[in-house]
Order: sequence, then C-alpha cells, then structure tokens
Amino acid sequence: MEKYLYIALFAPLVSSLFSALFTATPKKMFTGIVASLLIFSSLVSSFVLLMYILDGGEPVHVEMMTWMATGHLYIPFGFIVDQVSVTMMMVVTLVSTIVHIYSIGYMDHDKGFNRFFSWLSAFVFSMMVLVMSDNYAGLFIGWEGVGLCSWGLIGFWFHKEVATWAANEAFIMNRIADLGMLIGIFLVYWNTGTLQYDGAFAAFSTLDTATLTWIGIFLFIGAMGKSAQFPLHTWLADAMEGPTPVSALIHAATMVTAGVYLVVRSGELYDLIPNVGLFIASLGAFVALFAASMALVNRDMKRIIAYSTLSQLGYMFAAAGLGAYWVALFHLMAHAFFKALLFLGAGNVMHAMHDELDPFKMGGLKKVMRWTWIMMTIASLALAGIFPFAGFFSKDTILEAAFAEHHFVIYGVLLFTAGLTAFYSFRLVALIFHGEERYKIFGIHPHEAYRFMLIAMSPLLILAMIAGVFQVPFFEMVEEILNAHEYHIHSHTTLLIMLVGTQVFVALAILYAYKKYASWSSVPDGTSAIENSFVYKLLYNQYYIPYFYEEYIVKSYKEMSEVFWTKVDMKIVDATVDGIAGIIYGTGEKTRDMQSGNLSTMLKWMVAGLVGLLSLAVVFGLAARYSDEILSILSALGV
Amino acid sequence: MEIGLNHYLVLSTILFAIGLVGVMRRKNLLLLFFATEILLNSVNVAFAAISHYYGDLTGQMFAFFVIAIAASEVAVGLGLLIVWFKRHGSIDLDSLSSMKG
Amino acid sequence: MFEAIAFYLFAFLTITMFFITVTTSQALYALTALAAGMIFISAFFFILGADFLGAVQIIVYTGAVMALYAFGMMFFDTTREVKEKQGNKYIIIGLSTLAAILVVVIFATPMVSENIVALYPAIEGVGNTQEVGLVLFTKYLVPFEVAAIMLLVAMVAGIVLAGKKMDLSITLMNDEDLEKEKNKKVLS
Repeated sequence: MEKYLYIALFAPLVSSLFSALFTATPKKMFTGIVASLLIFSSLVSSFVLLMYILDGGEPVHVEMMTWMATGHLYIPFGFIVDQVSVTMMMVVTLVSTIVHIYSIGYMDHDKGFNRFFSWLSAFVFSMMVLVMSDNYAGLFIGWEGVGLCSWGLIGFWFHKEVATWAANEAFIMNRIADLGMLIGIFLVYWNTGTLQYDGAFAAFSTLDTATLTWIGIFLFIGAMGKSAQFPLHTWLADAMEGPTPVSALIHAATMVTAGVYLVVRSGELYDLIPNVGLFIASLGAFVALFAASMALVNRDMKRIIAYSTLSQLGYMFAAAGLGAYWVALFHLMAHAFFKALLFLGAGNVMHAMHDELDPFKMGGLKKVMRWTWIMMTIASLALAGIFPFAGFFSKDTILEAAFAEHHFVIYGVLLFTAGLTAFYSFRLVALIFHGEERYKIFGIHPHEAYRFMLIAMSPLLILAMIAGVFQVPFFEMVEEILNAHEYHIHSHTTLLIMLVGTQVFVALAILYAYKKYASWSSVPDGTSAIENSFVYKLLYNQYYIPYFYEEYIVKSYKEMSEVFWTKVDMKIVDATVDGIAGIIYGTGEKTRDMQSGNLSTMLKWMVAGLVGLLSLAVVFGLAARYSDEILSILSALGV
Repeated sequence: MEIGLNHYLVLSTILFAIGLVGVMRRKNLLLLFFATEILLNSVNVAFAAISHYYGDLTGQMFAFFVIAIAASEVAVGLGLLIVWFKRHGSIDLDSLSSMKG
Repeated sequence: MFEAIAFYLFAFLTITMFFITVTTSQALYALTALAAGMIFISAFFFILGADFLGAVQIIVYTGAVMALYAFGMMFFDTTREVKEKQGNKYIIIGLSTLAAILVVVIFATPMVSENIVALYPAIEGVGNTQEVGLVLFTKYLVPFEVAAIMLLVAMVAGIVLAGKKMDLSITLMNDEDLEKEKNKKVLS
C-alpha cells in the first residue's frame, strides 16, 4: 500500500516539475496532457487506497525520512492514510483531475498554458501533503504550500492589476491567520512535547481546559483564514480574479476546505472544549447567513458562487463545531463535487460570453449551451439541497444534527439560509439561461464549450446527483476514528415534518427566483427603487466591510508605514548605515596619504603601530593584574 | 653591584631603540640593512641573557636561529639590492615609490 | 665586580658603536662601527657563559655578514657622503624612546618574568659547546635542518639575483644558441 501512497503523493509533484520545465516556452499541448495523466495516476492510487480502507484495512502510516531531530524535538516526514485523509485525497485528486482536463480546453488560448499547469499541479501536491501528513508540522508545510500556489494562481494574469491585488490580499489575509495557527502549533508542542497527531491527542486529555481552549482558538484562527470565515472572508470573493478552473479547484473544492479538515482532524481536541466548538458552530451559522445575504444581490457570476462557497463553508463549520465531524466531512465532499461543477459551468459561460461576468447581460443561453445549462441547473439543485441530489443528504444531516443537539437558533439560521441559497442559486441560473437574450445588445455570439470539457465535467455531474448514496458507507468508514454517531430525531413525525418542510421551503424559494428573474428583460442601470434602497446597497457593498478595511486598517497601516519609512527607516536606519559607510570612506580617503609608497614613512608607521600594541599590552597586563582592585573601585563608584 | 637579568634587558632595549631610530632615519637602503642587523643583535643579547639567568638553553638556540635568519636575509637582501641598483642606479628609499596608493 | 665593570664597559662601547652606525653620514664609518659593535656584542655572550654563541657571532657577523656588506658597498657608490633629508627628527626619537620605555615597563614590572620555567636546563659539568651541541642535535634537530635548507635557498637566491644572465640555462640551450651567446660575450 505504501507504493500507492507515494504515487498518490508524488505524482502531482512530478507533474508540476515537468510542466515547470516548459514555463518559458510557448504553449505545449503535451504538458497539459502529461500533467492530467499524472494527476489521474494519483487519483487511481487514492482510489486503491480508498478501497483498501473501505475493506477494513489498517491505516497506512509511513515515515519517509527524518526532517528535524534536535533534542526532544522530533519531526519526521511522516504520512498517514486513514479514513479521514483518504476521503480528502479522493476529493482532491478527483476534482483536480477533472479540473486539469478541463483546463486544457479552458486555457487553450492562454500564453501561460504551461505555467498554469505547473502551478496547478504544485497546488495539488501541497494539498496532498496537507491532508496526508501525520503531524502538525507537515500539515503546516502543506498549508503554506497551498497558500503560495493560491497566490500564484489568483495572480496568474499578473498583467491585470486587480488580479495581483487580489492575490496579495489573499496571501496577506492568510498570513494573518497563519500566525494564529503557528501559535496554536507551538502551544501544542509546548504542552504535549510532540506534533504527531496520535501523540498530541493522547496528551490532550491530561491538560487543563484553559490551555486546551487557547490551543483550540489559535488553531481555529488558522482555519478561519484558510476557509475565509468572518472577519477574514473578504479575500475569497476577490480571489475570483483568477482563472475559473482555479476558482473551481482551489476556492471551492479543496483549499478553502482545509480549515474544515483541520477542525475535523483535531476533533479530539475540540471534543474536550465544547465551548469553543459552540463558538465555531455559531460563527459558521453566522457566516452561512451573512455570505448568503451578500450573494442575493451581487451582479458578478463568479462572486455569487464564491459567496455561496463561503456560506457552505459556514455550514461545514457549524457541523464540525457541534461535534458532527463526519457530517462536516461529508458535506465537504458533496460540496466539492457540485460546487466545482458549478464553477466549471460558470467557466463555460464566461468563455461563451467573452469573459462577461454580469448575469444581467446574459439570458436565454439555454438554447446555445444546453449541456452547460443542464449541468449548472443540477449543480444548483444539489446546492439548494433538493432531494435526491447530493446536497440534500449532506445539508439535511447538518440541519438534523443542529436540531438533535438542541441548538435551535443555529438550526433556524441554517434553515433560513437554505432558502436564501436556493433563491440566489436559481436567480443566477434564471438570469443566465432563461428569459430574453440580452447578450445580443452587446453583440456577442456565444458558443458551447469543447466537447471534451463537457465530458470531463460529467463525473462531477454524476457525483453531484448520486453522492447521497455514499452517506451510509461513508459513515461506516469514518466512524472508526471520528467517534461519530448518527443523529436521530426521536419522533418520526418531527423528522418527516422537518424534511418535507425544508424541501417545500427550498422549493418555494426556487420558484420565487424563477418567477422573478426568468422573464427578466432589461439590464438594470441603477435607477430602480430597489437598487436605491438601503438594504440593497448594504448587501451590494458587502456590508461595507471591504470599505471599512480599506479605510480604517489599510489606510492607517499605510500612513504608519509611511511614517516609519520616512522617519525611522530613512532617518535612523539608512542614516546609520550610510554613516558607517561614510566613516569608512572618509577614513579611507584620509589615510590614503599614509600609503605614500615611501618605505621610510611606512617604517615610521610600523614603529608607531608597535608602540600602540605595546601600550595595549601594558594596559591589559595591568588590568589583568589588578582586576580585583579595578572591580572594587568600579563597584564603589556604583557602576 | 650584581649584574642581573634586568640590566641586560635594559641594554637590549636601548640597542633596540637605536636600531629603530636607524630604521626610521636611514634613507640609504644599505644603511637600513645595518639598522636591521642592530635590531636582530639586540634581541640576541636578550635571548642569551635570559638563557643564562634561567639556566635554559632554549634562548641560545633561538639566538642561533636568529643569526641564521640574519645571514640569509643579508644574502637575499643584497641580491635584491643589486638587481634594483642595476635597474635604477640608486638605492635611495625615496626613489622606491611604485607602491604609492 | 669584574663582571660589572666588563658589562658597563661593553655596554657603553656597544651603544656608542651602534649609535655611530645609525647617525653617521659616511657609509664606511657605519660599516666599521657596525662590525665593531658586533664584536662587542659577542663579549656579552662570553660574559653570559654562552661561549659557542659568542664564537658564532664573531664568525658569522664580522666574518661573513660584514664581508658581504663590504662587497655590496663596492657595488654601490656609497663612499660619497650620504645626504639624508629628514622629516621630523622628534617623531623618530620619540617613537623609539617610547617603544623602549614600554618594553622596559613590560619586563621590569614582573608581569612576564615571574613564571618562567626552564624547559631544557643546562647540564652540569659539561662545556657550553657540548651543551649546545646536545640540545641542538636532539630537541632542535628539525629546526636546525630547516635552517640549513633556508641558508641554502638564500645562497641560491643571492647567486641568482646578483649573477649575470641567470635567466639562461646552458643545459636547455642547443649548440647554436650557445655559440651565439659566446660570440655576444666576446663582442661586448
């Protein structure tokens, strides 16, 4: 099994390095094909491992080599394939294989074709390190690796200033959170003396609650940054400047779920501190609602999907915070499938519309893009949680878990959000694919995407439809290590009312969205009454949070930096350095006269140096001889 | 009036100082060599005296080696001096300024 | 008593001779004074019981080194009065005196001299020459041989530097060139 583990882990690295060889050359089709094949081999290996684990095999644990061994610190490059990581590996490799194949078509006309695959595969490798590592240090390497690759891919079109800005924003936001994560890891090491998961978890039960709480909080801060939870959420929407396959892979399916993975992985820690867990759940529920509300009015197709991702991440955190780790992981998996599908569909639309992102400028596309329309509709249905698609099983289980744990406020918020989700998803679908063909005003001739791209997307389509059937085997698999328990509402009547009620509520939301937007005919120009209302403006401007950050944090930070630059750096640091250089230059210029080339003068200097050294010898000799007396005199003087 | 080690050391120091004066003062390279001989000899006196007063022969050994070095220095130094004189026709120190920085 | 008288006498003589060496403007005087100073220095060695060293001093310095200098002086036109324009005389005197005083201070204050232990104590009942021979050919054999090689090297260097046409190699030259060289010599 170790062989498959290494293939799964290193095939993406090989792919990345291979593509990197050609980054400076023009587009080469084979880099995309080779990269896709290598990622596919990683997928196959992951699948073999999954089958092995499903058969009840022992988790595969390997220690490739020692990384650090100093004193009591011992950190190996160790990798583990157990029920949790194999799930993540499947999700990561499956989505990335599809995204790789899709990208061959999507990046067809891009100059950075080879570079794109290099970055994308590097991302997959980092993500595999993240999920497969058996200790926090290895997880952190992967964590930083995906952050770096995310930066490189958001800013992939670096000639666009807004893209580089978004890349830097994402990177800096993550850096803030990573500091918290790093402190958490240090605390783990400080208190348990190890960073291995098994060792650390075993030691947690002996620690006092205050320490555990701090560890939990700091680790969660790291998760907040990576998973774009409030208040570090702004980067995710801006990250949509990157190419759409990147958004599908990184900012929907895999990287942003790393935070959830961290919480699930550290489940034994959060079990011990239910208060922090409750906070995580509350924050998750809040973010679910908060992000969904922003998606209601946005006029940027990709941003709407990004907010929806944010909202779904909130769901996952709500589940994980309530201790329902397997539910969180299941929703993570299901969400990865339909959200990646949604994004790739959006990518098709963007291609067809020549990078137009405003759904109000589209409409009626279902005639030309039938398959994309079907895919996006089904993905949206799955996202909305309509029976029998994937979202229904995972999302409803989250709701049940919240209900069964008697957190009715969280339940209520999540239920309401489910309605909002359905509304904004179908607002998008209705605006893009139904109604009048508004794009004709702009003289665009849309066309369907390449056939192989659609075929590449089909596995996602199937999974988005049927992933629900995996719920039971999945539960049986992960219950071994996540001490999972099924959530049963005691009364069947209540359960039925809940299920039916939710379905009806969601269905009504969908119908309302269709009714309102399916026959939309004009492009809004900012004059209608609703667009000038306060709520609309508040939501459209993302609660003015980016504005607040810009105005109060970024600007003041910039002013402070300006002060430090002009005052401290220029006048103190630079001046000191320049001064030292100046002194050396000056003495050099002055002492040049000494070097007259006249041997007689040099001899005189030599004797002067001898005298100087002799005096030093006398001084030090005396000082050494009378050191006691000198010390007593000095101490008498009060030095 | 016992003559002790310090007497010799002071004598050696005085001779050394004379040698230093010569080194700094002389402009003629040949005479500069004379001054260096004085320096070496003053050190030899000190070595011999220390050797005597501590009953240790190491000092004398060093004096021998110093003499050997002085002899080779004279041989090589004079050879170089002759080459220089052939080229420039002068052994004045002030004419040796090709090392001016 | 005799020792003291001898010490002061020779000290005076040595200092005078060396003083003349560094101050005189006649190169010949300087040479003579130096040679005399060397012989007077050897007197100290005899007083200190280092007979062999004294003998070596006279032989090497007054015999070999001075002869070399004498030959050297024949090469250079040093018999004429050497005029030496001086910079600041006080700097020279001051620096030398200062150095001397400092050295005296270092030795006179018992910072160094207190803890010296004899490494190779003089052997009782044998003459100085014998002692020197014993130490030199046992403990200091390697330095002695190195010094011998150094002297050899110095000799070769002196010959090469001072000799004529030392850049030519007779063994590496063919007959024609050799003939040419010979003819050149005859012509010149």
